[in-house]
Amino acid sequence: MDSLATVIVAMLAGSLRVSTPFLFVSLGECLTEKSGRINLGNEGALVLGAMVAYATSYETGSPWCGVLAAAFAGLLLGGLHGAICSMTRINDVAMGIAFMLAGTGIAFFFGKPYVQPSAPLLPGIPFGFWLESPRFANALMVSPLFILGVAAAFALHWFFRTTRMGLRIRIVGDSQDAALALGLPINRTRLLATGCGSALAGIGGAFLSLCYPGSWNEGLSSGQGLMAVALVVFARWNPINCVYASLLFGAAGALGPSLQTVGFTWGYYLFYAAPYVVTLVVLIITAKGGQSLRGMPGQLSIGR
Amino acid sequence: MTSDSLISRRTALTGLGAAGFAATTGLSTQPAFAKDLTVGFIYVGPKDDYGYNQAHAEAAAVLKKMPGVKILEEEKVPETDDVSKTMESMIKLDGASLMFPTSFGYFDPYMLKMAAKYKDVQFRHCGGLWSKDKHPMNTGSYFGYIGMGQYLNGIAAAHATKSKKIGFIAAKPIPQVLININSFALGAKSVDPSITTTVIFTGEWSMPVKEAEAANSLADQGIDVVTCHVDGPKVIMETAERRKIFACGYHADQSKLAPKGYLTGAEWNWITVYKKFIADTQAGKAPGNFVRGGLAEGFVKMSPYGPGLSPAGRKAVDTAKAEILKGGFSVFKGPLKDNKGNMVVPAGKALVETAVELESQNYLVEGVLGSIG
Repeated sequence: MDSLATVIVAMLAGSLRVSTPFLFVSLGECLTEKSGRINLGNEGALVLGAMVAYATSYETGSPWCGVLAAAFAGLLLGGLHGAICSMTRINDVAMGIAFMLAGTGIAFFFGKPYVQPSAPLLPGIPFGFWLESPRFANALMVSPLFILGVAAAFALHWFFRTTRMGLRIRIVGDSQDAALALGLPINRTRLLATGCGSALAGIGGAFLSLCYPGSWNEGLSSGQGLMAVALVVFARWNPINCVYASLLFGAAGALGPSLQTVGFTWGYYLFYAAPYVVTLVVLIITAKGGQSLRGMPGQLSIGR
Repeated sequence: MTSDSLISRRTALTGLGAAGFAATTGLSTQPAFAKDLTVGFIYVGPKDDYGYNQAHAEAAAVLKKMPGVKILEEEKVPETDDVSKTMESMIKLDGASLMFPTSFGYFDPYMLKMAAKYKDVQFRHCGGLWSKDKHPMNTGSYFGYIGMGQYLNGIAAAHATKSKKIGFIAAKPIPQVLININSFALGAKSVDPSITTTVIFTGEWSMPVKEAEAANSLADQGIDVVTCHVDGPKVIMETAERRKIFACGYHADQSKLAPKGYLTGAEWNWITVYKKFIADTQAGKAPGNFVRGGLAEGFVKMSPYGPGLSPAGRKAVDTAKAEILKGGFSVFKGPLKDNKGNMVVPAGKALVETAVELESQNYLVEGVLGSIG
């Protein structure tokens, strides 16, 4: 019974700790895809953001400066993707892969001198200060970026539903013809959406290097940026669902290590695959015939 | 402008002509460099990872300053066909004649294939189990008995733990890793037989998020000393320090990462091995095919003690270390059972560090909570 409790606590704590990068990248990707483009380069923005945040925090001594710098680095990378894809006959998926490699390459190149030093990290908010057990207290140590991410999800949801700008992005993403008829600036809208989306991905990277695990090195992202793109499909392009999807993913990721600590040591490779299995299972269960991709913006190149 | 470029083009042509002449008549400067030994180092991860790769790269950096040696390095080469390409380009384009592919997975089949193709090049692999009957003579392997270091880590851990539960974060269940886990556990049990060692396998050599998760879940379970065998222990040391538990280092000195909780650490000292290999090659001999050494030979060393280790603990580690330096010490002494209850070392038998059967170890000893399957 005690072991079961341990695993459950570990999964809850893990979902709070590990989910944030998934959350930010999936929100960013959601924004970009709502405008009708796919940006696989967000993995690059994530890694670049992680490096820039760590370097800035180390140089200035202020982790919040690092977060801002990471967002700015993401904005630049995403903006470039958006600008290049505005030209005719450019495939956004191919361009995204190029930006993914470019972003990680730039981050590795400039990040070399920052692998060794220890930069100041963003302190967590101890919601568990009233608890006696250090285990629970640590589980409730929540990063301010996680709270920011959840707030951003609700803000984005509200933005798409009720604001004029949100409606415009949705029109541009759903029907290029309608947007043209309304005289909406299609390319400019997509440029902005891609840029801001990558800025969010950059903040996700800042979480990796400044909160958890809180260190910069070249193996830091194990494909979180790419998984987040899948999470957007999983969340049916709904920012609130992105929060649930990221939490689920974080919890599933914590399953492997915690099962081993309580002595359940069989087949750990299988449990490490849990996040991916969960995604598959949920996609299969929720996909009804003929409307498996409901909610998908009409202009996405994978749907056209 | 025009005349400038004309002159420079003419000068360039003259230069080229002269070089061509020199080359055909054998007057080039090439022979002066021909005696330089070109050595290729290949790392699986970044060479400043506070860990396995850094330990090799630190030695390579010392070699760079030696005269008559040219060092080539390539980092982050995956254990796939990529490493064959890297080896081939170092040999063919840069003229490397001594290769050090340092990661476990490079050995079979990649390095063996290259060795069959380039018979004049000497290949020495770190960690592989070379055998005279199976492998070509221009290959070989070297390794250090760092398990002894982990045994000493275990003694230090036993003196620091209050919960009598210690933890080990491991990458993959291969013999070298299992020796370390078992040595750590046996070191701790030599002080207090009731101590248990919980092991977590992450499945990959470098997975920072998973390693941090593993360290956190160990701390959640009340484990108060951790050590590891992954490529870059930085994240584990930092997480342990944040969770206010003790840590023993591995691969390189990580005391800076955990100033409060660092007890001691098992470190590589590869420069001893590489200097020997290069001296042999320069003297026209083939370097050894099966080279092993431990604390006594200077292949392995211990980190300075951290503030977390009590004077009694320091004394215990010192005593054990002196015992090991005398030679003939064995961590794996019968009767020894694995954690499934099978007898793995019968009573009366003792395996010294040089025992080759240790390098094909495939069990976890009694007192280790975990499984390799």
